[in-house]
Amino acid sequence: MAIRPPIPDAADPAAPAGGPSREALLALYRKLLTVRRAEERLGTLFSDGEVPGFIHLSIGQEAVSVGIMSALGDADTIASTHRGHGHAIAKGMPLEGFFSELLARDEGLCRGRGGSMHVADMSVGMLGANGIVGAGLSIALGSALAHKTLGRDACAVAFFGDGALAEGLVHECMNLAALWKLPLLFVCENNGWGEFLPTSKQLSFRLADLAATYGIAHRLVDGNDVVAVAAAAEAVVPGIRAGSGPAVLECMTTRVRGHFEGDAQKYRDPDEIEALAARDPLRISAERLAGMGSNDADLSLAAEEVEAAVETALTVARSGRAPDFAAALADVYTGAA
Amino acid sequence: MTELRYIRAVNMALADAMEADPTVVLIGEDVSEAGGAFGASRGLRERFGEARVLDTPISEGAIAGMAVGAAMSGLRPVLEIMFMDFTTLVMDAMVNQAAKARFMFGGQASVPMVLRTPHGGGLGAGPQHSQCLEAWFAHVPGLKVVCPSDPASAYGLLRAAIDDPDPVVVIENKALYAMKADVEGTPPVLPIGKAVIRRAGTDATVVAYGAAVRTAIAAADTLAERGVSVEVLDLLSLQPWDEAAVLASLSRTHRLVIVHEAVEAFGIGAEIAARMAQIGFDELDGPIMRVGAPFMPVPFSKGLEDAYLPSAAGVVRAIEKTME
Repeated sequence: MAIRPPIPDAADPAAPAGGPSREALLALYRKLLTVRRAEERLGTLFSDGEVPGFIHLSIGQEAVSVGIMSALGDADTIASTHRGHGHAIAKGMPLEGFFSELLARDEGLCRGRGGSMHVADMSVGMLGANGIVGAGLSIALGSALAHKTLGRDACAVAFFGDGALAEGLVHECMNLAALWKLPLLFVCENNGWGEFLPTSKQLSFRLADLAATYGIAHRLVDGNDVVAVAAAAEAVVPGIRAGSGPAVLECMTTRVRGHFEGDAQKYRDPDEIEALAARDPLRISAERLAGMGSNDADLSLAAEEVEAAVETALTVARSGRAPDFAAALADVYTGAA
Repeated sequence: MTELRYIRAVNMALADAMEADPTVVLIGEDVSEAGGAFGASRGLRERFGEARVLDTPISEGAIAGMAVGAAMSGLRPVLEIMFMDFTTLVMDAMVNQAAKARFMFGGQASVPMVLRTPHGGGLGAGPQHSQCLEAWFAHVPGLKVVCPSDPASAYGLLRAAIDDPDPVVVIENKALYAMKADVEGTPPVLPIGKAVIRRAGTDATVVAYGAAVRTAIAAADTLAERGVSVEVLDLLSLQPWDEAAVLASLSRTHRLVIVHEAVEAFGIGAEIAARMAQIGFDELDGPIMRVGAPFMPVPFSKGLEDAYLPSAAGVVRAIEKTME
């Protein structure tokens, strides 16, 4: 019988009342929509056999990526997860380079050598999605050390899921970040599932208690409300950059799709999945926008523009070249080519 | 000429690299206040400050991943893992992250980090503080592996490793730390991937690296007394290894013996033997011989460990066998 995870907690009570302007929120909405449309398109491309390998979609979790990134600049760095499309796009990875990579083209930002689980764009501080659960925490830890040592006004962000919390590396990294007061923001995307098993069957502790053990401030955030996520990030990022030490944002969110595309999710109660629609990050933002006076035309225009951008990028990607084997072989080491 | 100890050469290389490049930082357990478990970083905290010589908690996995992330973000970290046996705990960072970042990100990133670690037995340190695991790292595309055999190469290879844009594993044999040699001024930076002839000879080639070079030279001395001229080739680099130098020596002597302290089975010697059997087959006048440790953990008792470690007598027997 399918197991139902606990309903994620609602909005962060500490979120400031101010919030973004209508224009700012509309911009965030467009980014949410960009991630959503890009991933929905990937889903169909995958089932059509155009995208090889394994892909893990973050549909339902877009507000975490977009909200956190709204508080970051190009100098800030992020380390991502296997479910990293949203992180890459929200951090500024161009859609053409993104789709070209997912379609295994030479024009992909990783030249068709990484694919979905390794999308990266160093030029915008996106240090890579990662196929190893929890590994991104230590990459971000090192990036934070570099920011501090080189005196940069920047922070590093480690994204990880609740499934990673059972990895020993989480303990090592939180201890070190707190001990050395590194400019590191830990962002847990708690979607209630670690692969095919609910969090309740994987963890005997709460992240809030773990963070407290290291003396790291922890904040529970409604991860499906981009305004709440952005506010939480804006509340902690300047202090982290200024040297106050790490913080943890635990973003309660929803994994709508399977662990990977093609996962029929037989282990999940269909009612649970259906109920997620009420917490759809796009719906929550659209309702907020409506409350601020936006009309359907605003949202439709955004949808059309996003749709066009995604399709244009996909067209470019489809026309790309296949990667050259000799060039790849010559590029294992620097300067060997 | 001045006398230089191996461990002091490592210390000098670290200091000179830190002096030359402010992005070089040292990371590891007890590298700062204590100056390193074997004294490799002694005095460097006082000279360069604690922000560049970082004592870490006992968290090998995290500090190795941290070195990777730091290297991707503008630093040149030199990570010390106190015993090579503990590198089992850094494998994800080295194998899945450091080794692959450049390739899998399409050349966007490089990981200019160094992992320094001592291997080798002979100190009664037992099964978990004595292993030679270099073949594991040499098997991973994206990593470079070097193994200096004396004070000058300890300096020259470590400087090269720190300057290198890719991740390099520098393996030092603990038994060599006290080794002394006369050097003139600062030893030169050595190119990664080049072997050197330590002793010229005409009748057989012995390829060795690290502490096994001494063993090979001792065997060559013994055989010289019997009128057999043995060439000793010191690999210095294991990945990439100097295939051309090995083939050239084999082409002169027509006999090949490979010696290492690591377990013989599936070791560096197996790769060299296989390659030379392919590309040097016509040059061979005898079987390619390997001398390495037996297929067992490194034992603690002195008697057992003495029998375990490859000896000059064993190398002599292997040379005699291939010359039969």
